[in-house]
Amino acid sequence: MAIPTIGWSDYLLFDPKGPIAAQQMDLIIWSFLIMMIVVIPVIGMTIWFSVSYSAKKERGDYDPHWEHSNPIEIVVWSIPLLIIIALGIITYKTSFSLDPRQPIQSEKPTMRIQVVAMDWKWLFIYPEQEIATVNELAFPVDTPVEFLITSDTVMNSFFVPQLGSMIYAMAGMENQLHLIADKAGTFRGMSAHYSGFGFSGMKFKAHSQTDQDFETWVNKVKASPTTLSPEVYKQLSVKSKDNKIAHYSSVNPLMFNRIIEKYTGVQNGQ
Amino acid sequence: MAISDMTIAPEAGYDGFAKEEHHHDYAGDTLLGFWIYIMSDCILFATLFATYAVLGTGFAGGITPKDLFDLNFVAVETALLLFSSFTFGMAMLGAQAKDESRLFKWLGVTFLLGLAFLCMEMYEFYHFSSEGAGPTTSAYWSAFYALVATHGLHVFAGMCWMIILVIHIKRDGITEENHTRLACLSLFWHFLDIIWICVFSMVYLMGVM
Amino acid sequence: MANKATIITDPDPIFGKLTWDSIPFHDPVILTVILVVIMVGGGVFGAILYYGKLRYLWDEWLTSVDHKKIGIMYIIAAFIMLIRGFSDALLMRSQQALAVSDTTGVGYLPPEHYDQIFTAHGVIMIFFVAMPLVVGLMNLVVPLQIGARDVAFPFLNSLSFWLFVVGAMLVNASLIVGEFASTGWLAYPPLSGLEYSPWVGVDYWLWALQISGIGTLLSGINFFVTIIRMRAPGMTLMKMPIFTWTSLSANVLIILAFPILTVTITLLTLDRYVGTNFFTNDMGGNQMMYVNLIWAWGHPEVYILILPAFGIFSEVTATFSRKRLFGYTSFIWATVCIMFLSFIVWLHHFFTMGAGASVNAFFGIATMIISIPTGVKIFNWLFTMYKGRVTFDAPMWWTCSFIITFTIGGMTGVMLAIPAANFVLHNSLFLVAHFHNVIIGGALFGYFAGITYWFPKATGFKLDEKLGKWACALWTIGFFMAFMPLYVLGFMGMTRRLNYYDNPAWNDWLLVAGAGALVVMVAIGVQLYQIFASIRDRKLNMDVTGDPWNGRTLEWTTSSPPPFYNFARIPEVKDRDQLAYLKYHNLAFQQPDKYNRIHMPKSTWAGITIAVLSGIMGFAMVWHIWWLAIVSTVAMVGCFIAYNFEKEKDFYVEVDEVEAIENAYFKRMNERPATETNNAPASGATLPIQA
Repeated sequence: MAIPTIGWSDYLLFDPKGPIAAQQMDLIIWSFLIMMIVVIPVIGMTIWFSVSYSAKKERGDYDPHWEHSNPIEIVVWSIPLLIIIALGIITYKTSFSLDPRQPIQSEKPTMRIQVVAMDWKWLFIYPEQEIATVNELAFPVDTPVEFLITSDTVMNSFFVPQLGSMIYAMAGMENQLHLIADKAGTFRGMSAHYSGFGFSGMKFKAHSQTDQDFETWVNKVKASPTTLSPEVYKQLSVKSKDNKIAHYSSVNPLMFNRIIEKYTGVQNGQ
Repeated sequence: MAISDMTIAPEAGYDGFAKEEHHHDYAGDTLLGFWIYIMSDCILFATLFATYAVLGTGFAGGITPKDLFDLNFVAVETALLLFSSFTFGMAMLGAQAKDESRLFKWLGVTFLLGLAFLCMEMYEFYHFSSEGAGPTTSAYWSAFYALVATHGLHVFAGMCWMIILVIHIKRDGITEENHTRLACLSLFWHFLDIIWICVFSMVYLMGVM
Repeated sequence: MANKATIITDPDPIFGKLTWDSIPFHDPVILTVILVVIMVGGGVFGAILYYGKLRYLWDEWLTSVDHKKIGIMYIIAAFIMLIRGFSDALLMRSQQALAVSDTTGVGYLPPEHYDQIFTAHGVIMIFFVAMPLVVGLMNLVVPLQIGARDVAFPFLNSLSFWLFVVGAMLVNASLIVGEFASTGWLAYPPLSGLEYSPWVGVDYWLWALQISGIGTLLSGINFFVTIIRMRAPGMTLMKMPIFTWTSLSANVLIILAFPILTVTITLLTLDRYVGTNFFTNDMGGNQMMYVNLIWAWGHPEVYILILPAFGIFSEVTATFSRKRLFGYTSFIWATVCIMFLSFIVWLHHFFTMGAGASVNAFFGIATMIISIPTGVKIFNWLFTMYKGRVTFDAPMWWTCSFIITFTIGGMTGVMLAIPAANFVLHNSLFLVAHFHNVIIGGALFGYFAGITYWFPKATGFKLDEKLGKWACALWTIGFFMAFMPLYVLGFMGMTRRLNYYDNPAWNDWLLVAGAGALVVMVAIGVQLYQIFASIRDRKLNMDVTGDPWNGRTLEWTTSSPPPFYNFARIPEVKDRDQLAYLKYHNLAFQQPDKYNRIHMPKSTWAGITIAVLSGIMGFAMVWHIWWLAIVSTVAMVGCFIAYNFEKEKDFYVEVDEVEAIENAYFKRMNERPATETNNAPASGATLPIQA
């Protein structure tokens, strides 16, 4: 669907940078238009009836006993019913096609990024590259990304509007979210679930890059003097607001699982 | 176009008012109100059961019910409570016959059975806690205590109510108001019995399976 | 604030966790509020003493079990809490209008303060403004509409009201002593658990809601029994007025939903007080369970708020269109459907928690199905106006504004009901706009219409018409200015509960929203002035006959205000819209040939006393003052038992007293000047009495 471009880039939900977000934008637009089938006549009738049947007009067709009409009942029940059937079918289909757990078909292999919500920043762990960052995310264009999301604190919600769906980050649990970007750029990321006093600062940048630029970025992170050792992680866990971007050149690929197991590991009998 | 039947004239002598005001059945109101309260209590217990079901495997690596539940013990508790429902029924028969001494006798037995049930339950809680299964041990045990102790608290409340009601009846006799109170307490007591059967099945029986 | 308070490991045995540090002396805003409260409260109390009204207040209002007085008190309390909740809204809007920045520390409200404000705003508006308006109007109107003299359980009615007041007082106390929760209005754990909210804020939340929740549940039982058992002879269920029907449905929802809230709050209380593990991150706790439970209550709750409003609109539309409600039977069926369906949609509040496609699809479709009967009602109202003769008094203004506003809100609700769309809209300002759209445009406008409509019945004079229309216009304009930008901001990617933000593009819209909030503030000011002016000018707007709007239902057959016993003779009902029926057959407003003794309940000290003790218990529990909690609990139970032992809980009104009151009423009515038109609808020609 063609979108006018002026100023639209501010409307993140109408500036999709990936097919998932694009489909969700379509859903919003179509559901709005379909609902207009009811909304516009209702507003119209309200105005029309108010004006036409005002007592001042003293219309001759005043019928105080008229209170029932089968044709009208049939129409007012069936039109909403038809609309809901249409929307219901759309709901059913898209619940499955846009299910966050649904892997994305592509020739490129799926990249995995692990996400940990902390107070009050986002930690991103790249298990394949064994690097980690705070508040900065990067991935190649046209590559499906599988985000594995948890929290080491209270409930949060991982959300990059221009890529599409959000999903809750909860301690002791791993939520899967598949997203993919089909345009390069830097997108706004945030937590969409209130998690305490530093919540407003839980913003991060999500870079969608060419394969080459992504390589460069990974190397930049690998050149960082800090590693995400358990001690560094412990320091990171201390409550802090408005964290700057941090890079960690190495991280134990099992760290993510350890974070989850803190709450539900074997030692906790789950 | 359906026309309302407002246009149909009323019968002769109709002046808009009820001819006689029948004495209102306040007892019926109270009973219905109490039934509705019982329904809300049902939802309360249903929520506790749902919580118990969801947290049913949250042992956090700690002690499990299989290690602790003693079905014989619970069977005795159950028998006590079920029998107390029967004795309460006998008490109600005494009330219907306006026989205060019969009423008090059977109510007394019911009270003692309830007391025995509660003592056994408190002993069970004490025993579990000393074995390491207290309400703070894990989510499972939190749910267990919340559900079973809520039932126990209801039983305790019922027993307190019995005492108050006996005082009422000693003061005023088996009046219509006191009879209504007895009927409500009776409903309450039987309801707790039914809840216990669900507790017994879902918590204890399924806990050892 | 919590970040400076310490978790006291060794609470004092007498004062618990309470210390002088608990009062935020360092905060100038709160200090000002404390001073204002002391001055205003002290002034009011002083005036009561000075004019010798303390006895009158106690005898006639505080201990009253009269449903009409209790209804009026609920509505007054709701308005007071509306001012507090709306002040919170102004604070939030102004902070957001100012706070463009990369880092915290902008605007004038740090997150430690701001986060309490948005939590308090939500809690107050839902529990202490919307609920009391619903329950207050039900109190005032339902017994009169069904031809009854009081509710089924008058003592419980009084108790329910005072429990609600105590809950509101606890929330207000948190402003002065301690802090309020800063978790959002539903206080999800683990944020609301002991680890992440160690101080007293969440405890205030727990006890305020638990205490007032018990009050609401008791009201639900009370009104259910009242409607089922105390209807006038001849009034079958299908002859009940619509407002009574929707009240019945709302009360069924209260009975079924509030126990869930009771349990959920209790479980969180146990987690915080005893150390259980229902919702902790570790030890097997399950935060998702809380979310499910709280919304299993929460969704029926919003239907409790909206169904009576639908009932009000039905009454108003029928009366002011001079016509029977279109499609009464299908309206009832739609209401009953909504009642049942409201229990199977709760998951739509957290599609993004990760339940999976089938679960999300089921709840999404169920949510859409529930929108069908909801939407059909709009056509009921529209077709009542069709072929009617509509006069546009203030209640009708509210109705027309509602139809347009609520339809938009309902539309955005259906959009949100699609799980895949919800994945980008959840927790955004689009969501915030949607629920304000339906609650303000739907519920609140309904209550305002109801208050305007039934005000003359309660007080004996009408509210100023012109000011009422101004209020409606300003509220509508203010609402659209404040919330349409929020829909836009949702599309721009702005999420809710932000204390500051770094995207300057959002600022323009937030400024418009802030301006809208100011317009609403003017609207509320107009409403307050309207009350003052209407009281001042009441002699000009007197309702002498008791039927100021040419009404159709039984409440208009009594004087305004009704005598304390409501009906001298119980009516016998022949038709739905019984008063219209009587008017049609020239039987309305006739004095009966004889009167009877009337059986009425007595006022009681017990309701307010038990509630005050529960408030002391709640406060003691918040601060861990265990001895006080135990003493007040024992006292509560003791008072309840003592009340039950009282012998004389009722009395008889003798025939001569009834006759005197009724004769005075008919004299006033028959002697009103022939030219007096204040009983005719305000605009449009007077019609002959016609059904």
